[in-house]
Amino acid sequence: MSILEYNGGAVVAMLGKNCVAVASDLRYGIKNTTVGCQMRKAYPIHQKCLLGMAGLATDVQTFLEKMKFRVNMYKLREDRDIKPSSFGNMVSSALYENRFGPMFLEPVIAGLEGDDNTPFISSTDLIGAQCFTDNFVVVGTASEALYGMCESLWKPEMEPEDLFEVISQCLMASVDRDCNSGWGGIVYILTPDKLITKELKGRQD
Amino acid sequence: MTTHISPQMASSGTQHGKFEPYVNNGGTTLAIPGKDFVIAAGDTRLSTGYSIHTRQSSKVFQLTDKCVIVTAGMQSDASTLHKTMHARLVHYEHAHGKQMSTEAIGQMLSNMLYGRRFFPYYTFNLVAGIDSKGQGVVYGYDAIGSYQSVEVGAMGTGQSLIQPLLDNQVAYKNHQLVPSKELDLERALSLVKDSFTSAGERDIYTGDSVEIAIITQEGIKYETLQLKQD
Amino acid sequence: MSNLNEENYEEERGGFVFDNVTRNMFMETKGYQAPIAMKTGTTIAGVIFKGGVVLGADTRATNGPIVADKNCSKIHFIAPNVYCCGAGTAADTENSTALISSKLALHRYSTGRQTRVVTAMTLLKRMLFKYQGHVSAALVLGGVDLDGSHLYTIYPHGSTDKLPFVTMGSGSLAAMAIFEERFKDDMSEEEAKSLVHAGISAGIFNDLGSGSNVDLCVIRKDSVEYLRGYDQPNERNYRTSYVIPRGTTATLSSTEEVLSKQLIINELDDRMEVAP
Repeated sequence: MSILEYNGGAVVAMLGKNCVAVASDLRYGIKNTTVGCQMRKAYPIHQKCLLGMAGLATDVQTFLEKMKFRVNMYKLREDRDIKPSSFGNMVSSALYENRFGPMFLEPVIAGLEGDDNTPFISSTDLIGAQCFTDNFVVVGTASEALYGMCESLWKPEMEPEDLFEVISQCLMASVDRDCNSGWGGIVYILTPDKLITKELKGRQD
Repeated sequence: MTTHISPQMASSGTQHGKFEPYVNNGGTTLAIPGKDFVIAAGDTRLSTGYSIHTRQSSKVFQLTDKCVIVTAGMQSDASTLHKTMHARLVHYEHAHGKQMSTEAIGQMLSNMLYGRRFFPYYTFNLVAGIDSKGQGVVYGYDAIGSYQSVEVGAMGTGQSLIQPLLDNQVAYKNHQLVPSKELDLERALSLVKDSFTSAGERDIYTGDSVEIAIITQEGIKYETLQLKQD
Repeated sequence: MSNLNEENYEEERGGFVFDNVTRNMFMETKGYQAPIAMKTGTTIAGVIFKGGVVLGADTRATNGPIVADKNCSKIHFIAPNVYCCGAGTAADTENSTALISSKLALHRYSTGRQTRVVTAMTLLKRMLFKYQGHVSAALVLGGVDLDGSHLYTIYPHGSTDKLPFVTMGSGSLAAMAIFEERFKDDMSEEEAKSLVHAGISAGIFNDLGSGSNVDLCVIRKDSVEYLRGYDQPNERNYRTSYVIPRGTTATLSSTEEVLSKQLIINELDDRMEVAP
């Protein structure tokens, strides 16, 4: 078993029309034992940026604190919020620092950028190789299932309401075929003027 | 230190490769049963590692006038299994003066696979056919013969990509608003084609083309769809 | 080291961190093998022609048997007259080329002269040799400087080759088969582009680690042409349109946070100017 699969979890980010969405499952497990089902794996970094992470929970939490610290330092120094794309570079270089003793996590970054709120998403592997797309990014134990779902269900220029349905269906269908993720889900939809958070009703097995 | 000497190492000091009888040749198969039809499909890429051996190797094998088998896994085992099944079916037809029913084929394959319980065929099978009631049926197997009738079936390297999509779009899992219309042939066919194109986008072992068998009471029709060649 | 005090330690340090190494090695002894990083299976290649160099690459990045990125960019900027194709672990190719690129920019500030290809090659090989192959970057480096056109391959352990036509990555044999058949000395630019295109295409279609599009980069004496998506032979050709009506997904709760209006200060384009 890979250490990335120790706690389980799945995260997906998608691009819509002037909006982005991040969804994650809620399971927290140790190998095949489910320990909790309240663990959100996506975190608002600031008003216009979300960070989702899947992998070893101890590393996810440590890394999140480290990123919060760096983002706060950035804001103090620059007197503005970090751009999602710059935040992506920050995450990437923090992971590559640990090239020879990696943090076992894979992040996704989603946000709205600049004064015209251009949607942005990206993901990296565990040592910070970035991947930029204009449709969707997926990480976690259900990633193969998520690739299959997103390839079929995603379409360009979705309104926030439709984006919610698509990302939710992709997440729920995928985690139901993965033993190490599931137990409900959480979806964040970021539009230029609001952040919508929805908790999904999902199978509890 | 063990005293056991393996047969390969016995005489000289020369080293031999370990006996590795299994290889995964990649590829994806899929079958969807309907009320009075069944669709079975498989891509036609045959590969190991990073190389493509051929772009036109069929995974679909016709067993009777209303039953086919699609096999993913190792090509040589699949081909042997198909030939053995064919021989058994010809023999049956000569002995009984009729073709074997789809249900009987389903059980026969299970027996054949379990017969090799301790040196299994490296194959993952779907048997798709019209049953004796005239309805579409798909049986899904593991490598050693455990089988069941399934609502949708996907096997091979693209299984994990396709299966959740079919759960979502055929079985309508996690849908609050379930369309009442039952699955018709046209929609099933477009689902099969889309599943393979999606899998072909992301799974490096799925591609080249997909061979689709459409089975109805009237017989079996074949269709081919080009997939990406990269 | 004056800047290694407590206050800015976190911010100012550079280089690798080995904090997790002992822990990770311990976990490996417990049977949790280290996960694989994103690889660029890759076909990359380069050819020298009469007036310069043509570099080429496919655009597939894989994670095991799964395509992680269908359109990644594998031709990296090194200097205005030097570019570099990367194969191997994606993060390593990305960061080693970026590091050397920045060192060369500083070098240009210091000397006020154009970067030479051999300088880029030497910096890259020294770095890769220092890490004894653990930084798994296999590179094709090409450029034009005052000494003419140059094309190098650099292996992960730090060895180098200087040849008129080169290929690298898992699709290197497929591409080299084409190059060996069709390469001539002193080709025209069009001939060279078509040769590299054919080589990369051979990799894309015959090597499962390579796929999607062909990127080219033509470096001439006084100009560079980066042709991203030069050929796109693998567009998706079939798609079913799925309709998921609003209200399909069952929810337990929904909250809305209205974002405060913010004054957005446009960032100035304050990139440094670098000597040509």
